[in-house]
Amino acid sequence: MDRFEHDVLIIGGGGAGLRAAIQVARDHPDTSVAVVSKVYPMRSHTVSAEGGAAAVVAESDSLDDHAYDTISGSDWLADQDAVEVLVEDAPKEMLQLEHWGCPWSREPDGRVAVRPFGGMKLERTWFAADKTGFHLLHTLFQTSLRYDTITRYDEWFVTSLIVADGRCQGVTAIEIRTGEMRAIGARSVILCTGGGGRVYPFTTNGNIKTGDGMSLAYRAGVPLKDMEFVQYHPTGLPGTGILITEAARGEGGILVNNENRRYLSDYGLGEPLDVKDPNHPQKRTMELGPRDRLSQAFIHERAAGRTFQGPDGDYVNLDIRHLGAAKIKRKIPMVRELAVRYVGIDPVDEPIPVRTVVHYMMGGIDTDTHGRTTLPGLFAAGECACVSVNGANRLGSNSLTEILVFGARAADVAVEHALQVSTPDQKLLDDSLAAEQSLLAETLLRANGGGETVGEIRGEMREALEEGAGIFRDETTLKRACNVVADLKRRYEKLALADTSRTFNTELIAALELGAMLDVAEAISHSALARTESRGAHQRTDHPERDDQGFLRHSLAYQTPGDPRIEYKDVTVTRWPPGERIYGSA
Amino acid sequence: MPDQVLEVFRFLPDGDEEPHFDRYDVNYRDNWVVLDALNHIKEQQDPTLSFRWSCRMGVCGSCGMMVNGEAKLTCETFVRDYDTDTIKIEPLTHFPVIRDLVINMDDFMEKLPRVSPWLVREEESDLDQGEYRQTPGQVAQYKRFSMCINCMLCYSACPVYGLDSTFIGPAALALAERYNLDSRDEGHGQRTDVVTAHEGIWECTYVGACTEVCPKDVDPAGAIQMLKLSYALDWAKSFVMPKGSDS
Amino acid sequence: MTREYHQRLPRTWWLRRATYFQFMVRELTSLAVLAYAALIVWALLATGNGKSPAGFFDFLRSPLSVWLHGSVLMLALFHTGTWIALTPKVLVLWRGDEQIEPDVIAGANGILFLALSGVVWWMVMG
Repeated sequence: MDRFEHDVLIIGGGGAGLRAAIQVARDHPDTSVAVVSKVYPMRSHTVSAEGGAAAVVAESDSLDDHAYDTISGSDWLADQDAVEVLVEDAPKEMLQLEHWGCPWSREPDGRVAVRPFGGMKLERTWFAADKTGFHLLHTLFQTSLRYDTITRYDEWFVTSLIVADGRCQGVTAIEIRTGEMRAIGARSVILCTGGGGRVYPFTTNGNIKTGDGMSLAYRAGVPLKDMEFVQYHPTGLPGTGILITEAARGEGGILVNNENRRYLSDYGLGEPLDVKDPNHPQKRTMELGPRDRLSQAFIHERAAGRTFQGPDGDYVNLDIRHLGAAKIKRKIPMVRELAVRYVGIDPVDEPIPVRTVVHYMMGGIDTDTHGRTTLPGLFAAGECACVSVNGANRLGSNSLTEILVFGARAADVAVEHALQVSTPDQKLLDDSLAAEQSLLAETLLRANGGGETVGEIRGEMREALEEGAGIFRDETTLKRACNVVADLKRRYEKLALADTSRTFNTELIAALELGAMLDVAEAISHSALARTESRGAHQRTDHPERDDQGFLRHSLAYQTPGDPRIEYKDVTVTRWPPGERIYGSA
Repeated sequence: MPDQVLEVFRFLPDGDEEPHFDRYDVNYRDNWVVLDALNHIKEQQDPTLSFRWSCRMGVCGSCGMMVNGEAKLTCETFVRDYDTDTIKIEPLTHFPVIRDLVINMDDFMEKLPRVSPWLVREEESDLDQGEYRQTPGQVAQYKRFSMCINCMLCYSACPVYGLDSTFIGPAALALAERYNLDSRDEGHGQRTDVVTAHEGIWECTYVGACTEVCPKDVDPAGAIQMLKLSYALDWAKSFVMPKGSDS
Repeated sequence: MTREYHQRLPRTWWLRRATYFQFMVRELTSLAVLAYAALIVWALLATGNGKSPAGFFDFLRSPLSVWLHGSVLMLALFHTGTWIALTPKVLVLWRGDEQIEPDVIAGANGILFLALSGVVWWMVMG
């Protein structure tokens, strides 16, 4: 079959992508839909998510409470209309997953169980032990297998969006197995490609999280929004960066420094209750505070010399011994497995060494509350998008919810758009393909390079971002990061590959991913430089206060031939005027 | 930092007639897994070495390979645990090799959907009516079989699959049982034909190697034996109650 | 379509892993059982219809026969052992939310086997 063409083309086969695909296939069976992914869908990074997905379920809970927690958690940068959509659609998405077979953990009476999570006033995090992402992804993938109308392109790497007549009309992609490049025409394209944690050196993210879709949109003229907001998760394993879920704290785990103190009480996160107290852990207090504040606390503790020193750097202790073996086995078994395997600690007997680690990007492709981008025919959902529901800091367990809610919504508007436009012209597809093939031949696939390697450029980029755009930044460090990235982009032009094979060339894929990562790094550092305030996960030591007058706005980074152009647009405030983030009160 | 030699299977279809082994000397850190060593080789010594990986925490199922002849997830296999002169790394057996350590998994992907691995229900109830009730005890019935990460180590270990690749295989059958045992599922009958076909459960001779190599303790061998009992009883029942008996 | 490399399964695959070897032995025990069944048929033919059983009983007492019976007994016990070990795979029992330990199931079946064997022994010898 030489002509590849679909009504709706979804890039990325993770939670958002598969949810979107099922939405199209189920509700619009006459629409041709395809999923293109650079890995088999079961490998998508959704699989690593552990803790859970938030949705209001208890009688004593309310959508407004979930919204308020999310908005205050976001340091008021979230668009409140988007948050209202998130919290309202959340419960039915969770129930839909349950109806599709997701093995949610249950109460004795058979109802779905919920657990406490950081920054949430009440228990509302649905969970499947501590492998929620794994179960969610496999449920979605297996459910997607019911629908014959979903075509899959497994291990195809999208290299560019095809844009003509002011709209997106498809993609060019390399079939990794053969190295053949093809054009796939589409009336609507939905980017569900995930975040870009791999631009940093120490991250919970898997190898594939390289911001590919963000770069595709960026290069097509779509702005990347709020890129300066990078979430550091407070509890990753030293050395590997493997995630230890927030659920460990949701179930009552505590964080202590080298003085054996629960140091979070020094950071405006309330007073610690004794672990035996029936009210422990207290919501929105101490270890159940928001991630940005906990990660910042770690940095302060380290500066004050109160962290432990280990072979893989500094760490603090996450103590879950008091939970007991039975509870650990039932509620957070994977935490124990990971600790035993990767740091040789059995958390039933010893505390787990943890440290702060890059985890999530609040920023991404600018979309509206339906997933539409500024380019007609192009949509985005999931971590690669920025609606924004997470603003300056995301609450744990809101992301798994977000990918489902907005994956489904993006699918609906993508179908709507597809029905209104014509199929892409074959000549357009052929020309785009030829152009992209020439480009590749002249750059990465040419015979003589300038002595650069993927590994070197990538390593230097990561170092620059960690140095310059880490948890605490200032003008000097950010400017340096911007300059290093710009220089690396120039050096990237000189890159040529050692691997000249066409068959499953992973060096080529790594090089293409590096190109995407450099775009993401550029957007992060320039957006961060431009935002001269501190808010949520973006902390400027030279501008330590939050400035609602100047910056209750989203940054928008547009690619230019030189430095990105940064513009701003206002945050949508509906019912929750900006206030102070208060944690720690009873 | 200690030293370890890795002997890695190489095959490039563009040029090679036959595969060969390349030797790499690696200075490794104590906490390195085999995957770390391979990445080190790729970054520092030989960028042409190809292999799949992603999560590096044993949950995505990408990095399965033969390590000294045993099927392993290389992200969960520590270099320090080997004291052989060289560690031999090969692609998962019983699968065709696309290149180096990358195998063709089309067969597996084709088999998975055959067992109808989704929740089958006569009627789906409205979401307004809330969740299907399922007690922790009911979840426990199928939980173990739901833990499969699709890493295919079991297919590599299974001699039946090695001798006859039409065998539907351990992971696919374990997934069938996962749904059969899920109290919300009504698809037991629907899965009969595929599960009891010649290349289904009856081709399994209970060697049990699949369960041994499974990194997630799924116990596919157990799932298959349970399926045998369950569908054998169905077959027997069909003589006693021939008409209208489903599931 | 690029050429793929097809890994050949060596004829000695069953030597590569203890589990494979044990599997082959288990399967071969069926031949031992078959051989013994043949012996029993021969015994029936040799001793039925008024034929003198003396020659047959001489054979039974011979070293070859003892060796044969001993080997078959060993193999049959091995086969039985693998079957008992398999019972937890099909007999999955629950106590509330917890699965009953597989060893308990296997152990119970093992004891049952010994008890029944004891009964048969008593019936034959007593």
